[in-house]
Amino acid sequence: MRDLIDTYGVYFLVGQYPRGPLGGLALTLLLAASALLLALPLGLALGVARLSGWRALRWPVTALVFVVRGTPLLMVIFWAYFFLPTLTGYKTSQFGTMLIALVVFDGVYLAEIVRAGILGLGKGQMEAARALGLSHLQALRRVVLPQALRHMLPSLVNQFVSTIKETSLGYIIGLSEVSFIATQINTEVFTKPVQVYLSLGFTYFALCFGLSRFAYWVEARGLRHAPPGVRA
Amino acid sequence: MFDLSLVLSGRYQELLLAGLLLSLELAAAALACALPLALVVALLRLAPVRPLRWAGSAFVESIRNVPLLAHMLFWYFGAPEMLPAALKQRLYEGNVEALSALIALTLYTAAFMAEDIRSGIRAIPPVQFEAGRSLGLGYLATMRLVILPQALRITVPPLISQTLNLWKNTSIATVIGVGELMYQAAQVESASFRSFEPFAFATASYLTVSLLITAVAAWYQRRYPVRTT
Amino acid sequence: MIRFERVNKWYGSYQALVDIDETVATGEVVVVCGPSGSGKSTLVRTVNRLEPIQGGRIEIDGRDIHARGTDVNALRARIGFVFQQFNLFPHLTALQNCTLAPVQLGRMGAKEADELGRALLDRVGLAHKAGAYPAQLSGGQQQRVAIARALAQQPPLMLFDEPTSALDPEMVGEVLAVMRNLAKDGMTMICVSHEMGFAREVADRVLFMDAGRILERAPPAEFFLRPQHPRAQQFLADIRTPFAAG
Repeated sequence: MRDLIDTYGVYFLVGQYPRGPLGGLALTLLLAASALLLALPLGLALGVARLSGWRALRWPVTALVFVVRGTPLLMVIFWAYFFLPTLTGYKTSQFGTMLIALVVFDGVYLAEIVRAGILGLGKGQMEAARALGLSHLQALRRVVLPQALRHMLPSLVNQFVSTIKETSLGYIIGLSEVSFIATQINTEVFTKPVQVYLSLGFTYFALCFGLSRFAYWVEARGLRHAPPGVRA
Repeated sequence: MFDLSLVLSGRYQELLLAGLLLSLELAAAALACALPLALVVALLRLAPVRPLRWAGSAFVESIRNVPLLAHMLFWYFGAPEMLPAALKQRLYEGNVEALSALIALTLYTAAFMAEDIRSGIRAIPPVQFEAGRSLGLGYLATMRLVILPQALRITVPPLISQTLNLWKNTSIATVIGVGELMYQAAQVESASFRSFEPFAFATASYLTVSLLITAVAAWYQRRYPVRTT
Repeated sequence: MIRFERVNKWYGSYQALVDIDETVATGEVVVVCGPSGSGKSTLVRTVNRLEPIQGGRIEIDGRDIHARGTDVNALRARIGFVFQQFNLFPHLTALQNCTLAPVQLGRMGAKEADELGRALLDRVGLAHKAGAYPAQLSGGQQQRVAIARALAQQPPLMLFDEPTSALDPEMVGEVLAVMRNLAKDGMTMICVSHEMGFAREVADRVLFMDAGRILERAPPAEFFLRPQHPRAQQFLADIRTPFAAG
């Protein structure tokens, strides 16, 4: 095991960087973080649209959410892989393909989290804001979302954990994220698959479990330090 | 431009349907194995004895925090190496891909379902248990007549949701060469050089089954709503 | 100032308001009472369009509030609404609750709004609680802040939907006192309330509703002494002697 780490440790962590593109664990993290950052505004917009009073807005978004949630992520990745080049005109990189697939997929899941967060607030707040003469958007921005987002923070961290796991599917299109690299290592070494794959599992475990604990801590801290009166 | 007839009959359709069938079989088998396992793990996590609780937690956390793809890679590439040579030989003569996929799916799904079952049981207010006991019912009778019927109603919707996830997760078996729907769609794509038609078929199949599962969930929640005091 | 013309409203197949015809003059204080489910809350919520109507017209100052092109937000900014559940914004202080709308709607600058907010909080007796968050206030205090918040828009009309029903009995008085002062200052008010003492003392008129209709309208003295409609008589009897055996 020790020599495995010595020989392949760096490769596992950063791929061929700097003598090649970034890979391994670093790529996994970069992909997950970028995807979540881009998916957030999309999720916010879709979540609010899902609750809109205008049917012309609500129905297409609800349909989109339904279709994306009923389809495996792998399918979404395949669609992106085979059709993005046609749509955009030039060959999309594996990272780009994966990024777009994740943004769309996670955006939809975030939309549901946003929607649940807003609905969980109850209609009294929105009514009070509207009764003062604030427009729907003003009420959302100033009254509803500030409260809803605070409640949603633990769910958002959990979504980040899911996104990290989702990056593993980049394997299928040959993206050098950490699972792909592990398999490369395994192919070279050949005689120690158990060690290689247990290390892979342990890496994900450390990362994801650590983040889940962080989510707990955020939730507990949120309860302690919230402006008094923000309902837990 | 798009010629759906390509996949609606003939050889390509046979391949795709075979894939769909295998996906369904894989999901059904995994569900059948995961549910009892999940129940056991949930009860472990609620056990009065600390080592048992710890075992349950270890199971759940170590499985949930690792992606299904990594599980599949482990069970396919790694696990057989740990078996004695004779057993390994027998394994490779059989359908090692499907078995590895089944084990990975079962464990992964069971870990999530165990949490849902545990939440369901914990959601019943302890006063319900007290109320049952104060009527003179024994521990087991209270569990059977008061707690579990209520817990069931709360637990079934999340379990159906996990079943939906399981259905979608069968697609990941493609990485280790299981000939399920996703695999076949990719095969048809490379054989026919047409990407839209096979993927459209596969997407429609996934959506249809997802729709059915969601409909079952909606039916259950309407027919057996959670009754609160 | 407010005029209901043959107003009808349904929730699905259930009719909540039936042929409501009524006028409320400027400066009048009207109390609406009646049994649960009589439509009193619904009625008051139609005035600022928190509830839509399916038939009839509602006019404020001669203008149909449902006319095409009516800016519903501008309408609501001119009407103060006080909820039974207060609905203060928990993430803002008492003062911020009051200044939010005037500033966001561009009616005044932050500094001006601040001064106005403090003045209003003073008016309801809570100047010292300007920096407090709703969770740090009692129910009675929260409702008074809610009234100040509604007043910050300087509306000519105030609507109250059972403002004291969610309060512990010892706090009802402080809220009613604020409302009494508002009435004395000439505010046009429509209050849905069970507080008969308040109605007797402050109201110019009492409307009695049951099953979606206005069954009786009279000045409080007349209503409480000589109710005409049998349902009103029954209602008052029930209120006065709740333990009377049937």
